Amino acid sequence: MSRLSPRGRPAGSGQRQRGPGRDRDRDVPLPLLVPALAAVAFLVLPLLALLVRAPWRRMPALLLDARVLDALLLSLWTATLAAAASLVLGVPLAWLLARTSFPGRGLVRALVTVPLVLPPVVGGIALLLVLGRTGLVGRWLEQWWGFSLPFTTAGVVVAETFVAMPFLVLAVEGALRGADRRNEEVAATLGASPWLAFRRVTLAIVAPGVLAGLVLAWARALGEFGATITFAGNLPGTTQTMPLAIYLRRSSDPDAALVLSLLLLAVSLTVLAGLRGRWAVGQR
Amino acid sequence: MSLSAVLDVRRPGFRLDAALEIAAGEVLALLGPNGAGKTTTVRALAGLDRLTAGHVTADGMVLEHVGHGVRLPPQRRPLGVVFQDDLLFPHLNALDNVAFGPWVQGAERRLARARAGAWLERLGLGGRTHARPRDLSGGEARRVSLARALVLDAPVLLLDEPLAALDAATVLAVRAELGRHLGAHAGATLLVTHDPADMLVLADRLVVLEGGRVVQQGNPAEVARAPRTQFVARLVGLNLHRGRADGSAVHLGGGVTLTVATAMAGDVLVAFAPAAVSLHHALPAGSSRDSWPARVVGLEPYGDTVRVSLDAPPAVRADVTLAAAHELQLRPDAPVEVAVDAAQVRAYPP
Repeated sequence: MSRLSPRGRPAGSGQRQRGPGRDRDRDVPLPLLVPALAAVAFLVLPLLALLVRAPWRRMPALLLDARVLDALLLSLWTATLAAAASLVLGVPLAWLLARTSFPGRGLVRALVTVPLVLPPVVGGIALLLVLGRTGLVGRWLEQWWGFSLPFTTAGVVVAETFVAMPFLVLAVEGALRGADRRNEEVAATLGASPWLAFRRVTLAIVAPGVLAGLVLAWARALGEFGATITFAGNLPGTTQTMPLAIYLRRSSDPDAALVLSLLLLAVSLTVLAGLRGRWAVGQR
Repeated sequence: MSLSAVLDVRRPGFRLDAALEIAAGEVLALLGPNGAGKTTTVRALAGLDRLTAGHVTADGMVLEHVGHGVRLPPQRRPLGVVFQDDLLFPHLNALDNVAFGPWVQGAERRLARARAGAWLERLGLGGRTHARPRDLSGGEARRVSLARALVLDAPVLLLDEPLAALDAATVLAVRAELGRHLGAHAGATLLVTHDPADMLVLADRLVVLEGGRVVQQGNPAEVARAPRTQFVARLVGLNLHRGRADGSAVHLGGGVTLTVATAMAGDVLVAFAPAAVSLHHALPAGSSRDSWPARVVGLEPYGDTVRVSLDAPPAVRADVTLAAAHELQLRPDAPVEVAVDAAQVRAYPP
């Protein structure tokens, strides 16, 4: 992820680029090396286990199951919409937090990042209390427009957006704080309105940070489980995303759960690698 | 277009309180030590810093008037601004940095680029149009930032240290180009600088700012002849002291009396060049009437002479030839006798 963050390269990394051999020659202290290797094993072994225990022979049949395809498409579709919603709402919020000062700004910043630490199930319940049929806002949606979010695909998107947007907001806010705001002042003296300066200068400068936030939000939405199942339920074809499908197959057909897990892993890695490659090319 | 401003900008621990008038076609140099409020002046005129009180008017058009509640945003002011730190857009190449202004103001992209290219060519950057800001040298970046402000043909120019931090060869070329441009510029120009050469070559008039206030103004020759503060005196290379005149005798601090050509009375300023100061072997039996004993504080080569700093009071700087420095065995802490040529001392009311 560090390559995706806008100022991701730590100050010292320039030196590393100049003399890659020097770092390799340096003695690594044992108290750092041992835990580091343990961490690698801890993070990589589960992924390896997925590969090792996968039922490769049943794989084609399991993958071609229509329900699998439904769940996968639903996941990709809703995660992408959730990432887009996070972008449209989150970038302006990040700008507000980074560039303006208003009373209670710190509080707002703390509150909008709460979903980061909130257990997603709790998030799902909270969403029901607001947008459910009898919820604070949901009641009126139902009454005036006959429209109800829970247990619909739109509800999945809402749940995923709730959980994913704070990632984007934090990434973009960090990028904005790192960008010299005097660039906007220069643009103004050249005749640009604040909105034009934001689009053509600020946004262009923080684009890598926005992309990093977008990828984070998308990945988080793709893996979303707790808020989704609580708020949107588990209706195959409508609200049953991949993580839900995986979890529920685990008892009935462990092999299928494994295959779905691998599929989800492969898809998200492919998308991340693709974006990363594109971003790296854009930087050169 | 002329510019007229009464600027009152208050911040915790600082207040800018200055009035500026720049006629059409005039280049006003704004000088002052660090923290004097020069950049704040530029930002206030550009509309980037809000006035606490006062107004800014360009050719009778009110850009900001606190009393009347008028305030045009920066993008609607007829100004071209060069910022101290270049501040090139990091995501655009040199050409698009310069083309940004014309494009924003409605020029077709192709036309905007053509105008930008012509300016870069003029400033000797014809071969660097596609370079990113991070690949430009300091001198190149400064010229791109100049081109970006000048390409708009804004009727009022605000240039914040446009020639600072350039290498010697580049300074000459850019100063000459800037001089040509400002000579033909029909509007008002504010040039923030700390370089005496800039003010002599480029400026029609000077305003000296210290601690947020105007301490001196006038044409460069006047200011250079009769500095009013130590900052200005150092800038133009003169010794400056306060004293009390009694006819042709001026009493400085430390019991030192200078003889001046014109008789005056009361508080005066006296200015004299380091070349008007002569140093002699310390007198064994006390000083004569027109000289005083001092100790050398510092020595520094200055062309084919040596500039000698002497301790207070009154602290003066003297220029002596290398031969004299050698003959007097000048070194830090050496005792000398100091005399000043009365014919070269100017006294004027403070």
